[in-house]
Amino acid sequence: MDLFIAQFLNGVSSGVVFGSVALALVLIYRSTGILNFAQGEMALFATYMTWQFTDWGIGVVGAIALSMAFAFVAGAVIERVLIRPVEGAHNPLNVVIVTLGMFLAINALALIIFGTTERKVPYVFPTDSWDVLGTNVAKETVGMAAVLAAECVFLWALLQKTKIGLRLRAVASNPESSRLVGINTGAMLMLGWGLAAAIGALAGSLFAAGETAFAGSSMQIILVYAFAAAALGGFDSLVGAVVGGLVVGVANALTIQYVDLLDGIELAMPLGLILAVLLVRPTGLFGKRHVERV
Amino acid sequence: MSQVDAMTGPGGDGQRAGGQGAPLLELRGVEGGYGPVQVLHGIDLTVHEGNVVVILGANGAGKTTTLRAISGMIKVRGELTFAGQSLVGKSPQAIARLGIAHVPQGRGTFTELTVEENLRLGATARRDNGVEADLERWYEAFPRLKDRRKQAAGSMSGGEQQMLALARAMMSRPRLLLLDEPSLGLAPLVTRELFDRLGELNREEGLTVLVVEQNANLALAIGHWGYVLEAGRIAVQNSAALLQDDEAVRQAYLGF
Repeated sequence: MDLFIAQFLNGVSSGVVFGSVALALVLIYRSTGILNFAQGEMALFATYMTWQFTDWGIGVVGAIALSMAFAFVAGAVIERVLIRPVEGAHNPLNVVIVTLGMFLAINALALIIFGTTERKVPYVFPTDSWDVLGTNVAKETVGMAAVLAAECVFLWALLQKTKIGLRLRAVASNPESSRLVGINTGAMLMLGWGLAAAIGALAGSLFAAGETAFAGSSMQIILVYAFAAAALGGFDSLVGAVVGGLVVGVANALTIQYVDLLDGIELAMPLGLILAVLLVRPTGLFGKRHVERV
Repeated sequence: MSQVDAMTGPGGDGQRAGGQGAPLLELRGVEGGYGPVQVLHGIDLTVHEGNVVVILGANGAGKTTTLRAISGMIKVRGELTFAGQSLVGKSPQAIARLGIAHVPQGRGTFTELTVEENLRLGATARRDNGVEADLERWYEAFPRLKDRRKQAAGSMSGGEQQMLALARAMMSRPRLLLLDEPSLGLAPLVTRELFDRLGELNREEGLTVLVVEQNANLALAIGHWGYVLEAGRIAVQNSAALLQDDEAVRQAYLGF
């Protein structure tokens, strides 16, 4: 039982990272209707930036804040310079191809600038544990979960309770109508990408801070799990992304521990789970069924 | 054709003759289209303050494109002025700020958002504090919308969505309302109600309207002036009352 709880908490801790990256994916999907395959590599680059700032002597929390600010600007610029020019084209697949190209380009750029040496981002949370009724609960797991919860509350409040948030959702819902009511749709798209990039930067940095080291390939497997989490949650739901992330994380950890059959191919378990959910509920666990009367 | 032209021309009579107010919107030789395809071949059109002006014509004549040219959704050449300001080269966002509300074909509903959010978005271009009061005002005018304020707008019927589109446009306190085929997909009774409301808004609020409509009879009934578009040009124009009674125009262009 102790082992189960320990593995469960392990799963929560990686699930928080998956959920965070899934949040970023959902944010871009909701504002532009595309899947950003470069999300993981954007987070990787920002994580290197975090490392760079700490290497220059800035405290880790300050370094993450700077890295998020950098990512916000970079995300907005990417939307304006790389995404928007192709978006006008007839085929929406063009944009997806561009994000795939960015996946490769940003990864290569990170390696050119920061080299292939493994880097260590300093721990953000204490590395010891609390004893909760006989179970060790890592302070890091609790801290990461708290950050994810704060992100969710922030995004929810931004999207649901502010004028800017309403405009972001309007652009996602009906771009043409948004322009006609006077929304600067370009600015909203840049904002969406900037926010997603900043959230990715936070997720990547916190993930790297909890690991002994990170390198150029660190975010790739995470992106796969994040896609799984977003699909599970229904792609257009922020809550779905978080729940999906946690489910995928826990399922993954328990599979590694208990299912010998899948030794080495644990990825099959969360993917099987997604397949099952999507067969029963094609819109995911939290996705809105698209109902429209004409 | 020449016979028709000879019978029309400016200067109608009757109380809906139009043209009494100052010109609010003027198009002179407006050309435009989509990429290499030119749709508008020199449109001349005037909308006077307080009038309802109707654009009629067959499919593909350029009616929708004319509205899109006015609201800045396509690039145009020629003269296009609103309240003395040129609209040429302005963004849709800037044009919305000047007080032009455009309800596109298909009503432009933000289907995933609630009815109330749709209405609030209508007020995007405004910079004053009267939004809450206006919200209550249009809820009073359209009680169905108030009943459904928290519902996803896309779940409403076509008629309700058209009322929502009208109320959304009114939330911007428009100086000019552009309406594209409001009757599309609506039952005849609902269409009639819609035009009744539009006529009321024009008479009681002095709302200026430029409406594209296939249902010529209903639109001309509340209209002051009408234009018939053919292949990207104005083929005929006259007061709404005279257009409605003009047998030749009806047979040649309006098909009833």
